[in-house]
Amino acid sequence: MRLAAENLGGERGGEPIFSGLSFTLARGQALMVTGPNGAGKSTLLRIIAGLLPPAAGSVDLRGADETWPDIGSAAHYLGHLNAMKTALSLEENLSFWRDFLGAPKLMPRKALDEVGLGEIGHLPFAYLSTGQRRRAAIARLLVSYRPIWLLDEPTAGLDRTAEQRFSRLMQEHLEEGGMIVAATHLPLGIKGAQELKMGEAAR
Amino acid sequence: MLALYAREVKLGIRAGSGALTGVLFFLAVVTVIPFGVGPDLNLLARIGPAVLWIGALLASLLALERLFQADREDGTLDLLLMSDHRHMVALTVLVKCLAHWTTGVLPLVAVTPFLGLFMNVPPLGLGAATLTLLVGTPAITFIGAVGAALTVALPRGGVLVSVLVLPLVVPVLIFGVAASRGAMADPDPFLPPFLILSALTLFFAVLGPAAAALALRHID
Amino acid sequence: MRACGNLNELPESLPAFIYVSMSDTAKQTSRLMALANPTRFLEIAGAILPWLSCAALFVLAAGLWLAFAAPEDYQQGITVRIMYIHVPFAWLAMFCYGLMALSALGTLVWRHPLADVSLKAAAPIGAVFTALALATGSIWGKPMWGTWWVWDARLTSVFVLFLMYLGIIALTRALDEPTRAARAAAILTLVGFINIPIIKFSVDWWNTLHQPASVFRFDGPTIHPSLLWPLLISALGFTLLFITLHLMAMRTEIWRRRVGTMRRLSARAAEGQAS
Repeated sequence: MRLAAENLGGERGGEPIFSGLSFTLARGQALMVTGPNGAGKSTLLRIIAGLLPPAAGSVDLRGADETWPDIGSAAHYLGHLNAMKTALSLEENLSFWRDFLGAPKLMPRKALDEVGLGEIGHLPFAYLSTGQRRRAAIARLLVSYRPIWLLDEPTAGLDRTAEQRFSRLMQEHLEEGGMIVAATHLPLGIKGAQELKMGEAAR
Repeated sequence: MLALYAREVKLGIRAGSGALTGVLFFLAVVTVIPFGVGPDLNLLARIGPAVLWIGALLASLLALERLFQADREDGTLDLLLMSDHRHMVALTVLVKCLAHWTTGVLPLVAVTPFLGLFMNVPPLGLGAATLTLLVGTPAITFIGAVGAALTVALPRGGVLVSVLVLPLVVPVLIFGVAASRGAMADPDPFLPPFLILSALTLFFAVLGPAAAALALRHID
Repeated sequence: MRACGNLNELPESLPAFIYVSMSDTAKQTSRLMALANPTRFLEIAGAILPWLSCAALFVLAAGLWLAFAAPEDYQQGITVRIMYIHVPFAWLAMFCYGLMALSALGTLVWRHPLADVSLKAAAPIGAVFTALALATGSIWGKPMWGTWWVWDARLTSVFVLFLMYLGIIALTRALDEPTRAARAAAILTLVGFINIPIIKFSVDWWNTLHQPASVFRFDGPTIHPSLLWPLLISALGFTLLFITLHLMAMRTEIWRRRVGTMRRLSARAAEGQAS
């Protein structure tokens, strides 16, 4: 399975922000998308996720099969927003996503342990700090399996220990044959990741 | 899908205020009518089912605005759309509508008989109004979902949702009121409008979620 | 591919890679698209419009003259002459909605770049014709029915149609991004279009339930030829007028979008100089 983008162009509000992007990603590989604010990193991730139409070119999943027919179904998308309901507890949130997304992997309790929130799984999401919320959203990546992780500034609001823990999780995901596309302006500490510079250079 | 329904219902109950606001609004609409048309009990009994229907219609439009907006604001909507292959978006919308109806509109139906007493509606009419509301209000939610999906990106789309949806729910209102009136006034039939009302609900259960899913996919 | 016909893009500023990356099928589609190319459309519309507006004026004048030359109705007297403008207005109210539904399909299914312009431009014109149909109907109704408004089935349906027009206009105005507004309006138009028969049916039902005595029925085929011909010519004239207005509104909309694009480009150029 390979994730391939060809001559991809994106627009925001009818205005082209990038064009001519091409990359391929095989299993076990990661792509770091870097660049200044407004370079179109988030737009690129949303286009890959199938949430926005590309303005030009295409991105698709080569060697897609029954289980993962398209990128949308084969990918976890961690955007700026955490996709958690403030009125529900952490565990309720996670077990919903586990049921809804299918392909269950870790139990919510276990996933929370992985991100260091095991003790407070019963708390409503509303009571959590920004960093804890982000970690809870990361735990969502663990409750059901997806070969591709699309991460948009995944470490925003995380402290150093949480960051390190997260790089270990990403490393494990890659070792299991997963793929990661991450937009970031901080180094995520993944070994051997390709880098895609957006912004001035790409223009 | 069941998980989604359970979660939406749970959210609806925990957020709580939605259903209560709806019921209070319904109460307010029904109670201002006698002040407007006068306390003539015969007149009130005659227009009672219609007033109940209009009140329930307006109250159920009230909360529709939030149907997708809350999901959009916390990023849930993105994930729901991405899961299209596993759970068709139209189906997801349908389930969300049903959950919304359960927590937001069913309470309105439940208080209808009590509000009907204020309007001097006879027992048979109370039963008919409640039954027609039970069958007809899902249609309002389904059409409302289209309006809610179309205005999901607007910060204050509430009034716009009502403006868009009201012309489309005219048939539901007509047959709902016709059926509940038919149960009371003898020459008018009950069953034909009631069956048409049920048909409308089923029809909009398909059209509404399909169009709303299309809107969510293309507008955001 | 869509970028070729994108209205927000000035033709000169089309990035070269789009042409480079075109496959054969894409080239074929591009030829089709060239017909629909906004620039081409502006040229053609610009050439047609003077003739079209002249024709519309001429036919309208002829229609109105015939309308006043036509015999008066033995029952309705001179008021029947309102029919010659009322019926065309009502016809265009429906014709315009049909056109919008087609444009909506064009936007959603074929992604035609002119379709959303067509829909957005048609909505206000349709609303005005519908309002005129209601107003002339009302003026006609005053001497006929003795009141300005009756909840006659036909009037009520047209009134609901009017509300739908207003909803579509409100929605296109509320969403600021053109493509987003276009898709939203298209979906709403189609949902409304599917609903029109249901609304018509329900209003008829409602009307017979409440007002068994129908006041006035106007049945087309039984109309006398001396009245029919002026009516048809008048309808043709108003249809030509509608097409003229629609083309003009489409041109205006395309220009409006281009001005928007130019402004954005100049804002970006200014930013480039500053940094």
